[in-house]
This record gives sequence, C-alpha cells and structure tokens, in this order.
Amino acid sequence: MINYFVKYYDKLIFALLEHLQIVFISLILSLVFAVILTFLCIYFNVLKKIMLSVTSMIYSVPSLAMFAILIPLTGLGKTTAIIVLVIYNQYLLLRNFLTGLHEVDYAIIEAATGMGMKKSQTLLFVQIPLAKKALFTGVRLALVSTIGIATIAASINAGGLGTILFDGLRTMNTSKIIWGSILSAGLAVVANYTLNYVENKFDKNR
Amino acid sequence: MRNAIEFQNVRKKFEQAKGNAVDYVNLTINEGEFITILGSSGCGKTTLLKLINRLYDPDEGKIILFGENIKDVDAIKVRRRIGYVIQQVGLFPHMTIAENIATVPKLLKWDREKIDARVDELLYLVGLAPAEFKKRYPNQLSGGQQQRIGLARALAVDPKIMLLDEPFGAIDSINRLKLQDELLQIHGGLKKTFLFVTHDIDEAFKLGTRIMIMNEGKIIQFDTPEKIIKNPADGFVESLIASAREKEKFWEKFV
Repeated sequence: MINYFVKYYDKLIFALLEHLQIVFISLILSLVFAVILTFLCIYFNVLKKIMLSVTSMIYSVPSLAMFAILIPLTGLGKTTAIIVLVIYNQYLLLRNFLTGLHEVDYAIIEAATGMGMKKSQTLLFVQIPLAKKALFTGVRLALVSTIGIATIAASINAGGLGTILFDGLRTMNTSKIIWGSILSAGLAVVANYTLNYVENKFDKNR
Repeated sequence: MRNAIEFQNVRKKFEQAKGNAVDYVNLTINEGEFITILGSSGCGKTTLLKLINRLYDPDEGKIILFGENIKDVDAIKVRRRIGYVIQQVGLFPHMTIAENIATVPKLLKWDREKIDARVDELLYLVGLAPAEFKKRYPNQLSGGQQQRIGLARALAVDPKIMLLDEPFGAIDSINRLKLQDELLQIHGGLKKTFLFVTHDIDEAFKLGTRIMIMNEGKIIQFDTPEKIIKNPADGFVESLIASAREKEKFWEKFV
C-alpha cells in the first residue's frame, strides 16, 4: 500500500488537487447564488416558501440520477459535476441562512426598526452579525457534502479522488480503493474539523 | 404651546382580529406633556404607540406630529426623529454599550468626536459612569442597567417625542421605583413629550401629567390624575380606581 503511494504519489496528488478544484469552484458559485437567493427570499416572502420546498425536493434526488439527468444537456465532465453540486448546496445554504437570520430575537429587530434602521441596515448591522454562527454552519455542511458528492462525480468523468476509488473497484485493486477512500474521507473529516473549530470561535466573542 | 401629536379619526385593524385595535381615536397632546397610556393587555395601547413611529400605518385617519402629517414623511425619517423604548429593551448583544447608544447618531452620520461626547453625556444622564460601562456588553449588565441603556439609546439624537412601551415591565419593584423617579427627572429637565404605555395603575398615576385610559381600542378618559379620580368617566375607570384602592387597603392590614 505504501509502495503504491511511493510509486504513484503524483497521480494521487493530482487527483486530490483536482478534487479540491471542483469543490472550491462549486462552493464559491454556491455561495454567490445562495446569498442572492437569501436576499430575494427576505425581500419577497412568497419566494421563501417556494424556494425552500423546491430546493429541498431537488436535494432528495439521488446524486447519480441528477448527473444522469444533466448529461444530455451539459455532457460528461466537470461542468455537469459543478452544476449538480451548486444546485444541491442551495438547499443546505438557503435553509441555514434563512433560519439563522430568522432566529435572531424579534425584540432586537423591532428595536432596530423602531430606531429607524432600513431593512438592509438591520440585516447588515444586526441580523447577519448575530446569525453568523448559523450562517457558518451552513457553509460547513455545504463544504462537507460537496467533498462527498464530488467523489461520485468521477463516474461522469469529472476527475478527482473518485477516479482512483472507481478505478480500484473496477480492477479490484485494494491499494487504489484504500487510498481513494482515505483521501476523500480524510479531506471531508479535516474540512469539517477545521470549520467546526472556526465556528466555535465565533461563539466565544458573543 | 404647540401641539406635538394629533390623531384625527384614526382607525387600525389587524387582519385576523375581530374588532378595531384602534377605534376612531381623536386626541391632541401638547409639547412637553408626560402622557401615560393605561389599559389592560389587548386594549390597543401598544398599537396606538406604534402608529406614531409608523411601525404600523393606520387604515383610516390622520396622525400629525408638529403640524406634519406623518403619512407624507418617509417612515425611516419619522422613526429617527422619535425615541423608542420597549419592554424587552432590545439592546444589540454583539455591540458594546457605547456602540448601542451610538446607533442612531451613526445612522445619521455624526462625526466621531460628537458621538463620543454624546455617549458620555447620555451615560451620565441615566446614572451610569461612562468609564465603567462604555466598553461593556449588554449581557454584563443587570436588567435595570440594560433598560437605562435602552433609554440612553432612545435619547441619543435628542428626539422631541419619546415612545416608551412598558419600559419597566420586566424590572423588579425596587429598581422600578428608582427608574420612575429618574425618568421624571429626565423628562422635567429635557422638556420633551413622553408617551408611556403601562398596565400598572400606580405607575400611570405617578408619572403622567395626563392619563389616557384605553379599553377595546377606544379612549375612555384622557385627563389629569386628579380629575380622573374625582370624575371617573364610566364604570370601567371606576373599577380601575377601585382596584388600586383595594391594594392600598390590603397593605394597611399589615400596619
């Protein structure tokens, strides 16, 4: 097993970097869309219910099926993988962002409004700072879920750590299976642990 | 003396409610008065207050502040001109005391030195030493101290009108009496128009230059404490006064 790493470490590192690339691009795009959607939902209450139920419905579709649906439209490869990951993340991010902002004590929001803060100012100076922990939780969950689903994206030629894992499964190569698993699981665990640490720091300075 | 607040046939109804929360109310309040609004919960007193700073808009009628129909003024502008204190205080837990008090001055883009000086002045006014309290966070303060900050924050830009919605409702009775005295002093020193909502009769009679008694969205009686005691408008007011007297008798038993 160690031999495999010594011999093919460049391949493993390439897969890891490719994986990180997919995750990074997906997460950035997801955040951009989720922030826009969150603002729209706050200003248009009707949209909130619709968006939450639509995204939750999409989230329940198995990822493999989702990839399959998109292949005729966007083909095999990274683009399709990233589209799917961004769509999935909308549920995790939107739900956490909206509940986080909603859970801020109503008396505080009323005081802010009563003093003459605009809706945008209340959001920026009061709700977002007070909800930052919940907002960050959303990002953490999205990151971990993206790392996981990105592994499956190897099945549509998106590259990443999943390639090694699937290769190993197809050829019954134990070393490949183990390295693929260790790296993708390890990545998720490390990412989760790190963000969790940051998240708990937020709690202290409240 | 100018009219500070005028209501002309004001009605407000909430969607799910049966009756009007505020039922065709007419009233005039002079500048510098300390009005207490007395009534049981659900009588419309808080709604009446929130109509003044446009947290609600009336379904009918006009509300005029210093000669200006507030419908014609941007709601944000109206609110920044009026001090607002609520029972739950609503201090921002992530901001220091100084930052909390500076909220409206910052929104109005005052310069820093002016804000600093004003924060100190206000902390003295509400009896808290600036050096000791400025940098603290709200959760490091007692309930009474928090409401003092709430009061200072509402007074920050020297509003002509102060709306106080049961500000001492959640404060223990010893601190409550102290705060009432201090509030009277603040009012006397500043010549502002205060509207103070309460369901505590003692508080209403102690603080008010005039008392507005409300029931089911209507003003039952609006007069000085003496005149209300001498000439209660109806059975409801009589029973209010009787209940206060009852309390007095209860205490006499122990003397």
